[in-house]
Amino acid sequence: MMKGTLSDRMGAALLMAPLLLFLILAYAWPFLGVVKWSFTLPTAGLGQYHALLTDDLVQSVFIRTLRIAAIVTVVSVTAAYAITVVWVRGSPVQRVLAEFCILVPFWISVLTRAFGWVALLSNRGLINTWLQSIGFISEPLTLVRNEFGVIVGMSHFLIPFAVFPLASAMRSLDERVLLAARGLGSSRMRTFWTVFVPMTRSGIIGSALIVFVFSLGFFVTPAILGGGRSVMIAELIYLRIFQSPDWGLGAAISVVLVVFVGALMALLFRYVKPKQLV
Amino acid sequence: MQQPGRAAEIKANGIGKSFGSFRALDNLTLDIGRGEFLTLLGPSGSGKTTFLMILAGFVQPSEGRLFSDGVDITDRPAEQRAAGMVFQGYALFPHMSVEQNIAFPLKVRKKSAADVKRLVGEMIERVGLKGHEKKLPAQLSGGQQQRVALARALVFEPGVLLLDEPFSALDKSLRGQMQAEMKRLHQETGTTFVFVTHDQSEALALSSRVAIFNHGKLLQVGKPDEVYDRPDNRFVAEFLGEINMLPVKGVKPADNGATGVCEDRAINMRCKAEKVRGDAILAIRPEHMSIAPEATAGENGIAATAVASTYLGAATKLDLTTRQGAKVTVSVPNEVAAAALSKGNSVWLTWPAEKGFLLPDGGQ
Repeated sequence: MMKGTLSDRMGAALLMAPLLLFLILAYAWPFLGVVKWSFTLPTAGLGQYHALLTDDLVQSVFIRTLRIAAIVTVVSVTAAYAITVVWVRGSPVQRVLAEFCILVPFWISVLTRAFGWVALLSNRGLINTWLQSIGFISEPLTLVRNEFGVIVGMSHFLIPFAVFPLASAMRSLDERVLLAARGLGSSRMRTFWTVFVPMTRSGIIGSALIVFVFSLGFFVTPAILGGGRSVMIAELIYLRIFQSPDWGLGAAISVVLVVFVGALMALLFRYVKPKQLV
Repeated sequence: MQQPGRAAEIKANGIGKSFGSFRALDNLTLDIGRGEFLTLLGPSGSGKTTFLMILAGFVQPSEGRLFSDGVDITDRPAEQRAAGMVFQGYALFPHMSVEQNIAFPLKVRKKSAADVKRLVGEMIERVGLKGHEKKLPAQLSGGQQQRVALARALVFEPGVLLLDEPFSALDKSLRGQMQAEMKRLHQETGTTFVFVTHDQSEALALSSRVAIFNHGKLLQVGKPDEVYDRPDNRFVAEFLGEINMLPVKGVKPADNGATGVCEDRAINMRCKAEKVRGDAILAIRPEHMSIAPEATAGENGIAATAVASTYLGAATKLDLTTRQGAKVTVSVPNEVAAAALSKGNSVWLTWPAEKGFLLPDGGQ
């Protein structure tokens, strides 16, 4: 990233300057205001942070958010791994199909996708109707307005993002090492588990961190698919600010979330170079 | 390749391989003897590596059959052939320690933990990697990585060891050391070695036989001195080392050899002239020619002028031009070269009748 002459770097900095300015004005500056609120509303001091540590509701939402993010991470990275193997190492036809599956979700808004899942998963949705009509179940399964629905919707959204770090790791893998394993007598299955997967470790870590970080801040998907029953941290902030005007606590939760995500991002960039993520 | 501890005998029967319209390998028939050290030699794109990959089972031949100890293994996947293989760039498992790399083929074969420990320990000792057991490949030098690759390929006692240009990444002195090491390992294990290289001196130094490839065809197979001294064609002659080509006219068979006329002088040759009649090329290695002030009657010799010299330390390489314009290189003692150059005019190039061989005129 930081290679090149000084003038190259100056040029790159100048090109990025407008974006940086925009980000400062649109995000950093308002966020400083949020930080200020967290220490001043309703009274000055660390009261809101103390409340954070003692409020049962806030804590249960934090724990739920971490749990959902962890499950979504495992589901998304596993599914993305399978898709990426096909995308990077499949036959030409398989590659095109996989690429299609990876890119199409980017064209559909997160809102549309969430409602799509509601249509599929609700009590009278496609899946329940179908399962009942073939007599597999008698009562509809509760697939939505709970954590299950949230996990499905979020995983679906995040799988394409999990693909890129994995693809980058798989592409840079030396094909001869895999041949060597087979030449030494290892079956394809064994080679996959003992050589291929460990050699893509950096991709797995990068992929997992991206998905986890994204999961922490999800708002629309849990709000729609969770139906108010599995509130995640972003929704809680929304509720604190817009419904039970408790701006100080909302601000304090925001600050904790941003600091936590920032720490994870710092960890992420120790494992993956930014250009591997696209 | 299936019986551990026993060198395999391999038969390739009419093997061919096409990649689209590119003919990588054409009608190759070759027997590789038990415990032999066979080198596949040729320029890049000559088909030697394709043949090695077919032997390993990584590439499926378009036609022909492959036998190991009499069993047809053409359709057998690589993991069931289990030839030991050393790749260009070694292809070590980067996430495993030296020990784990070498243990890999044994664990695949479900050897007991005690056996694995013993065999890996023996192998580490044998290739001189003691003290490096716990290191990762990235922490080793090129030569050490090479040893790990060899150990990993030999530890399960494969019937054949396949080596794909294993020394190409090493510097010259290390190369020599590893070549000696490999020769020793070949003698100790008694396994059949098939070795791919484009370096002719390496091929001649190591092998019990050399197979020379060009454009997907196997041109000649023979012991190093056979292919060097009696190549079947011009490509083999030139690929194996520097060689002089002198036009000879009126070639006729004679008692124990042939006669002809070279630069207006009658010459005798001990080589056979079965396929060659009339105009031909006499090919002679630089080290087989010498410089003399005069050619005696009945001795092979032509007049030439020295034009340039290259000092090589032990000897000097002298470039000359014959009267009829042929360019000749000879390798002579340093003082002979100096004398030839200082005279500035004609010297005689002589060679014994036993040396040199006839090739068809302009032919390949």
